[in-house]
Amino acid sequence: MSFFSDILRDVKDPEKPETLEELNVLSEESITVSRLTGDQLLIHVEFTPTVPHCSLASLIGLTIRSKLQECLPEKAKVDIKIKKGTHTTADEINKQINDKERIAAAMENPNLRALVKECTTDIDDTYY
Amino acid sequence: MFRLEEITTFTGHNEAVWCVAWSPSGSLLASCSGDKTIRIWGKEDEKWVCKTVLTDGHSRTIRYISWSPCGQYLASASFDATVVIWSRKDGVFESIATLEGHENEVKAVNWSSSGSLIATCSRDKSVWIWEVTEDEEYECASVMSSHSQDVKHVTWHPHKEILASCSYDDTIKLYKEDNDDWTCFDTLTSHDSTVWKICFDQSGSRLASCGDDQTVKIWQEYVPGNEEGVLTKGNDSVWKCVCTLSGYHERSIYDICWNVETGHLVTACGDDAIRIFAEDSCSSKNEPKFNLVTTVTHAHAQDVNAVAWNPKIPTLLASCSDDTTIKLWRIIE
Repeated sequence: MSFFSDILRDVKDPEKPETLEELNVLSEESITVSRLTGDQLLIHVEFTPTVPHCSLASLIGLTIRSKLQECLPEKAKVDIKIKKGTHTTADEINKQINDKERIAAAMENPNLRALVKECTTDIDDTYY
Repeated sequence: MFRLEEITTFTGHNEAVWCVAWSPSGSLLASCSGDKTIRIWGKEDEKWVCKTVLTDGHSRTIRYISWSPCGQYLASASFDATVVIWSRKDGVFESIATLEGHENEVKAVNWSSSGSLIATCSRDKSVWIWEVTEDEEYECASVMSSHSQDVKHVTWHPHKEILASCSYDDTIKLYKEDNDDWTCFDTLTSHDSTVWKICFDQSGSRLASCGDDQTVKIWQEYVPGNEEGVLTKGNDSVWKCVCTLSGYHERSIYDICWNVETGHLVTACGDDAIRIFAEDSCSSKNEPKFNLVTTVTHAHAQDVNAVAWNPKIPTLLASCSDDTTIKLWRIIE
């Protein structure tokens, strides 16, 4: 399967009507897949924020992770990074969006969870 | 041949299990989870069972639990910004106090060796020390804001009133009481990323740390006037990194625990594995050498979050994971 076309293609931007693909935040090339020694799937996602000071970059990271965890066929390890040189505080955000405790706490926040859900729900699903 | 054999798996939590803690007598195991509950496990007729579930203490993930040295109290730290103290009387747990003060997620709570002090830490970057009064009241004695980021863990020296904390700011800090106030007297830098956990050995002169940089580090205490000639300041000891174990772990290391009896180090890792390291027979204080003696590659189906040696049975180990289970392991030599 292609993790991009099958899972991530339709993820929406948190503040624009377009998908992350349409805004060139994500593409097929953003995803690298490998395996750990124990054979667990490791998915590395590199995304490009629309602007270098994008204030929603950490929310985009959370959204991508949430979508992958929801739709992957097996339990996988996921690393999400901002493409080098495309954001002014990339190191800071990279650390935050890969810290499992911060992720767990963020996903307990009802407002954040609603925002993530809105971006990850397939357009078709909303009519049923 | 040294290996770990799985004894049993506990199921019951509905979300990731973040922490497991043995009671001081080693007879009970407490676990806490993203499902907002604490479970107490114990043996009945040679069979391990869930003896009780504590459901009404917290409104969000319970991140960490710790027994008082006397075994009569359990403290739980939660993302709901509070710590709850539970009292055990005749096998029944009752919440007797809620420690409020942190601004957001509390990440850890631990009792000093005497049981008269409690330390807590939070994403709000602060470390708090609470005094336990004789009539079971808990009063804040000090708030220390030495870290520049999220504080991941706090732990006490095994017999002195010295506190250690580690943080998302990549450092470890040591604190002592000085003229009625608590101050940071040493900052240990060497890790390249978040330090998830720190653990003193039985003597208290060694500290092990682990983190996001996938390494384990061993720190040695040098007291004033030490024979090695390591410079110290005033009456305070300094701590130096004397050993780094790298290349063994493939993901973040979330927990590390010294075995009180054997000195073995066990690690819990985001690569789903449990690893045990033993000190080499030709190791020395200033340049210790540790060897990997066993790895359980698929110890759990997901990240291993915590590991704990039983305080009375040195061959018994507990682990817990994002896969919602807890496992007990036995060392076979």
